[in-house]
Amino acid sequence: MSRVLMRGNEAIAEAAIRAGLKCYFSYPITPQGELVEYMARELPKRGGVFLQAESEVAAINMVYGAAAAGVRTMTSSSSPGNSLKQEGISYLAGARLPAVIVNVMRGGPGLGNIAPAQGDYFQATKGGGHGDYRLIVLAPSTVPEAAQLVMLAFDLSDRYRVPAMILTDGMLGQMMEPVELPPPVDEATIPEKPWALTGAKGRPPNVVRSFELEPRKLKEMNLVLQETYREIEENEVRWEEVETEDAEILLVAHGTVGRIVKTVVRQARKEGIKAGLLRPISLWPFPYGPLRRLAERVPTVLTVELSAGQMWEDVRLAVEGRAKTPFFGELGGVVPTPREILSEVKKHVPA
Amino acid sequence: MSQLSTQIPEGYVKVFSRPRSLSDAKYTYCPGCHHGIIGRLIAEAIDELGIQERAVGVAPVGCAVFLFRFYNVDFVQAAHGRACAVATGLKRASPNLIVFTYQGDGDLAAIGTAETVHAANRGENFTVIFVNNQIYGMTGGEMAPTTLPGQRTVTCPEGRDVKLTGHPLKVSEMLAQLDGPVYITRQAVYDARHIQMAKKAILKAFRNQAEGKGFSLVEIVADCPTNFQMSPVEANRWVVEKALQYFPLGDLKVKED
Repeated sequence: MSRVLMRGNEAIAEAAIRAGLKCYFSYPITPQGELVEYMARELPKRGGVFLQAESEVAAINMVYGAAAAGVRTMTSSSSPGNSLKQEGISYLAGARLPAVIVNVMRGGPGLGNIAPAQGDYFQATKGGGHGDYRLIVLAPSTVPEAAQLVMLAFDLSDRYRVPAMILTDGMLGQMMEPVELPPPVDEATIPEKPWALTGAKGRPPNVVRSFELEPRKLKEMNLVLQETYREIEENEVRWEEVETEDAEILLVAHGTVGRIVKTVVRQARKEGIKAGLLRPISLWPFPYGPLRRLAERVPTVLTVELSAGQMWEDVRLAVEGRAKTPFFGELGGVVPTPREILSEVKKHVPA
Repeated sequence: MSQLSTQIPEGYVKVFSRPRSLSDAKYTYCPGCHHGIIGRLIAEAIDELGIQERAVGVAPVGCAVFLFRFYNVDFVQAAHGRACAVATGLKRASPNLIVFTYQGDGDLAAIGTAETVHAANRGENFTVIFVNNQIYGMTGGEMAPTTLPGQRTVTCPEGRDVKLTGHPLKVSEMLAQLDGPVYITRQAVYDARHIQMAKKAILKAFRNQAEGKGFSLVEIVADCPTNFQMSPVEANRWVVEKALQYFPLGDLKVKED
């Protein structure tokens, strides 16, 4: 397939279908409406199940059921809807069910608005539901990258039996860009799921559950999760560096802000400021190591976010006092211009 | 090691045994509780229809939270109230499975009302066993959506005041109004005759699914001796004399094709 012009929401949907998606459940919400519409139109034609649920609570539990049956399954929503899904996400994590959850973030808290925001970082990376669990969280900054990360999310989720989230925002969801879509996954390469509920034929019954009343046994179940999370931290940290080799100020930004900051780095360099960018692609596992290594030699690490400073906490955990860690954020769906960010950069570099 | 012999002595004929689909795990229910009878009827129905190898149960939150232990079939544990959504996902993903949920009144008729109504309305092709014992058992005897007017529970210690907390929710009557379901019935298991009738209803509900007909729900009006603070005999009598006055038995909807 040659390059096509697609909206972020549509590219995410198409990539999911190509990843072997069999069941998609969701409830309408802006600004991810095109994703639901695309699925309604395309998925049944291509052998999958599209079902509009009565609520996000139902949608995530339908995902839980389909994941238990062993098929690739996905849901998508935007911030308020994603809050409703937290119960189900905790159950998915506890029962070790693979699934992909897309959150096209908007301004909050509460009903907020439908403009781009990154205020769900804590919810996504620190466990928005109850209990000790993690999600694999991937944050694309372009439409083509969104498509790639969706396919990766299905693979990682199946491999580790950990739910994966695509965390993006209304800007990327709505933006149109040329995208070269990866070819459909050969379904024979999708790992077998011997734990799936396929009927107890010729084997003892399979049980999918997060429930264990006996504390020592529940501890064991938790330790399996924690071991898996350590393995993911070891193997699946993803990030991009731009002009970091000689940087005197390092900017850290994810998703669409990461993209804006690329422009800022270019402009800063034109003005003789040695700026660089570290863009976390996996928000969990967060690139603590790469950031820490850069902070050994870069005196200032400036975090830029569409929030009051959520990823900033992880940046400071990584830097651990090795560099100054100022913050620049916007709130309520306001997106800063490259010029605004550049003037912030200038505050932190010697003239 | 002493073990009970499973050998049938010469000259004896085996007329009653554990259904194949029922595991040898001990029930965790209280003495006199109707869950045990209902659980067995489901296993008998699965055996008789020969669907053990493609049955998948959806366990609820409540007294039946350990349901997955009691059967030799695949099981998934759902969040409180979400069984009908989980069953929808399972059945849509694998239409060849025979999927059933088993839910109490708190699970199905309070926290899971929306999931239940919408699954029924979509005519999802699975089977719901709804145990209505008019109280929350597992958590210690709180008021349920189906608690009778005047009935005392730990959260309505003076008896349910319908002016404050509404009337018992007649779920089966509500669902019978919808176009989606094919079979909605209310049964009981307080005596041998009704156990046989309930068994027939459960069989029909599973057969409907196997034949691809759509959503079937069997409500069973049951007791809870522990939280009613009654003996099993008194609790059984409560079902007949009190509960059935509000929840009359019989078919509420039977859609014949």
